[in-house]
Amino acid sequence: METLEQIKARIEKSVPLTQLDILPNECPAGERSLLVEAGRAFEVAKFLRDDAQLKLDYCSNVTGIDWPETVVKTKVKKKVLVEGVEKEVEETIETLRSGHLEVVYHLYSMAFKHGPVVLRLRTGNRADQTHLPSLTPLWRGAEFQEREIFDLYGVIFDGHPDLRRILMWDEFKDFPMRKDYVAPDDFEYEPTPHDEVLDAAKKHYPVEAGPEVNAGVKP
Amino acid sequence: MNAFAALPPKNYEVVPKTDESGAPIGELLEISMGPHHPSTHGVFRMDVVLDGETVVKLKPVFGYLHRNHEKIGENISYLASMPYTDRLDYLCSMTNNWAYALTVEKLAGLAVPERAEYIRVIMAELTRLQNHTCLIGFFVQDMGALGTPMMYAFREREKILDLFESVSGARMMCNYMRFGGVRVDVSDEWLAQTKKIVGDYGRFLDEFGTFLTENEILLGRTQFVGVLPRELAISASVTGPMLRAAGVNYDLRKVDQYGIYRRFDFKVPVGEHGDIYDRYMVRVLEMRESIKILEQALRDIPAGPIMDPKSKLRGFRPKAGEVYGRIEGPKGELGFYLISDGSPNPYRYRVRPPSFINLTILEDMCLGHKISDAVVILGSVDIVLGEVDR
Repeated sequence: METLEQIKARIEKSVPLTQLDILPNECPAGERSLLVEAGRAFEVAKFLRDDAQLKLDYCSNVTGIDWPETVVKTKVKKKVLVEGVEKEVEETIETLRSGHLEVVYHLYSMAFKHGPVVLRLRTGNRADQTHLPSLTPLWRGAEFQEREIFDLYGVIFDGHPDLRRILMWDEFKDFPMRKDYVAPDDFEYEPTPHDEVLDAAKKHYPVEAGPEVNAGVKP
Repeated sequence: MNAFAALPPKNYEVVPKTDESGAPIGELLEISMGPHHPSTHGVFRMDVVLDGETVVKLKPVFGYLHRNHEKIGENISYLASMPYTDRLDYLCSMTNNWAYALTVEKLAGLAVPERAEYIRVIMAELTRLQNHTCLIGFFVQDMGALGTPMMYAFREREKILDLFESVSGARMMCNYMRFGGVRVDVSDEWLAQTKKIVGDYGRFLDEFGTFLTENEILLGRTQFVGVLPRELAISASVTGPMLRAAGVNYDLRKVDQYGIYRRFDFKVPVGEHGDIYDRYMVRVLEMRESIKILEQALRDIPAGPIMDPKSKLRGFRPKAGEVYGRIEGPKGELGFYLISDGSPNPYRYRVRPPSFINLTILEDMCLGHKISDAVVILGSVDIVLGEVDR
């Protein structure tokens, strides 16, 4: 198979005005991936599927990943004048990485038995811009997997034929695979609570009732 | 499909059937089949709309066994996920273990000693044998042969489960493989016993074949039923015996040649029509090939260590990075996708379940067939709900 750089160059030639990035992978055995902007993702995927040299006709795996907003710490060396002498000082810069949801497609070719090419799509943020184009019209195998990502992560796939919850029940509200998901308080009474059960009991029974009740021993 | 999309999502509802001009010409019946129907192999439900006895719409509904395996995997260490993988496809815990171990080995760069590779192949092929045997038993039962064929199948399966039990301590939840090897070594007596069971297996398949392969009822119920066209099978990411029955020669043991499959001489059976009979036949022939692989592996297995000395059970923290590893499970491509951020727990832990994705085209295969055929078609897909729901 061609290298990822060659594939990228050929995509840029046939799908113009596309923003493509090759993301590194620190694991030596793993594959680097191709970050595609959401607006052109469908055209890029169609190219990868129909191209005579690649023919990636088999979409093996579709995955969602949640990247919440985090503070990234990077260390930078700086030259500072200390008492008239120039000295190198290490400084930590904290940058806020905005949160987003990510969908990863692993594409293989059954005709040529090569692969994978890893496609990544990112949403704008985690709250209101969670739309991505669905690739189910290209690969039918993505249908249930995209439904699962919608169900567990809350990514809305535009153009999906049947976007409903699949593993959770239809009335369920939250997205349980997100990193900030809080499990519901389904505390059950226990006569001798301890450790995390005691914490759950303290949370479950309000404080006003007094210390002996507050221990979570009795409702 | 779209004509019925407007139907309300209720069960047991009789909806009017109309011709093209909109005039009523009869009634359609909506049935909720399952989740406790015995043919659904667990808690699986099909929302079926019937015209007489013919299926005109079918929607699979599942998630009853959902425990968010992937979220559990993100909150515990790498090794602690190993026993959880047993519970995915609870008929094939050995191949689940292998797929997970293979992915973590790829992530951490561990090598597997020779003897452990052979043991893994032996375990995986035994798993394939018992899974296919079991499946054929279930699936003949779905066609109405109550009891007897399944008992024949279970008798043989039990012999293999006894082998698993004597080496790992558990019949089904084996938890046997580790990153960089396997947990316990096999003894010479165990290998001799396995050789004997594998040697006898061909006779059992002959016997099973005499009763089933040319059986008139089985032919009538399976030939040209539930046909899956080749193009649809590829596009829908169907893998395993289902895909090969549709005429695509794609077996990861040949394509990826993971482990030491390069060394064995075996063929990949491929179907022609993509109907239920081909799926049955591909599985029977696959068992014959598994016996061949087992005979070679049992003959060639060397002595030596069973664990990579570099691997450690405690304080296991692979470097940051991401990896996708896959093996050919008995049901299809079983893959694991892991993202490590350098901590003891994976940042993202994803299972690519073959039986979940093989269900995508269940409706396409069932449309136009009778409701009793839908049962057999579901049986031929070979699902295990522990893996579908995760």
